[in-house]
Amino acid sequence: MADVIDDKIKNYRTAPFDARFPNTNQTRNCFQNYLDFHRCNKVLSGKGQDSSPCEWYQRVYKSLCPMSWVEKWDGQIEDGSFPGKI
Amino acid sequence: MAHPTQLGFQDAASPVMEELLHFHDHALMIVLLISTLVLYIITAMVSTKLTNKYILDSQEIEIVWTILPAVILVLIALPSLRILYLMDEINDPHLTIKAMGHQWYWSYEYTDYENLGFDSYMVPTQDLAPGQFRLLETDHRMVVPMESPVRVLVSAEDVLHSWAVPSLGVKMDAVPGRLNQAAFIASRPGVFYGQCSEICGANHSFMPIVVEAVPLEHFENWSSLMLEDA
Repeated sequence: MADVIDDKIKNYRTAPFDARFPNTNQTRNCFQNYLDFHRCNKVLSGKGQDSSPCEWYQRVYKSLCPMSWVEKWDGQIEDGSFPGKI
Repeated sequence: MAHPTQLGFQDAASPVMEELLHFHDHALMIVLLISTLVLYIITAMVSTKLTNKYILDSQEIEIVWTILPAVILVLIALPSLRILYLMDEINDPHLTIKAMGHQWYWSYEYTDYENLGFDSYMVPTQDLAPGQFRLLETDHRMVVPMESPVRVLVSAEDVLHSWAVPSLGVKMDAVPGRLNQAAFIASRPGVFYGQCSEICGANHSFMPIVVEAVPLEHFENWSSLMLEDA
């Protein structure tokens, strides 16, 4: 399972089509992957496991989310004012 | 790009735009034929010396001018829906670029691998080199590999803007806080111009868009150079 994910990350070109977000509005796609990355990290690091599978979510949100949004959210996470549930 | 006294669309640079162009030709031909027919009938009616005081039933012609328009509408609807569904197909992009609208310039972000971002300001008229186009040129162009499906995510940092490139058949509103997806394939190498298409303040007319489609190796060289400069 882990090597399937490693393979996908190694051959990464750009965020693939996600059937959960088939329409023009991709805002949620970006936000969901950002949340999923931080949640994945929190869970795997919390258990002391290797968090490299979480890199997939990071690649996807980096492809999709504007840099200014990511900077803002990173700042909010540091301050503790991030509105999403991680 | 547009040229003076232009009547039709700009030359298509993407498969979707080609389809739209041909569909427009088809629909416009139908419209012109109908208009010519109506104009002829009007002149014939106005200039005839015949009179007819006894029209009662006219079943046949009523049937003809009910069925025929229905058939014409179907002949317009079928190609139209074909293109609509063609534009809606699931595409597998090779590259994602974010186009962020600001007052009054666009910024482009290529973040699939590294964090490449740059602003694209219009070249002021007094700084144009000979042969460059007034109000259309920018200091940095959005370079894309040709013949590759590209996903553009359009948004804005302040007010509404709209990212449009007519020869690629793309127009997508830039809404603050929202990420709108558009996709295109540049079928040939070239430079394609567009302008901001949503009123956004004093310099709305002075924030153009320039897309440059190049072979993949050139694109890779360009992005390495841009990353070094940043």
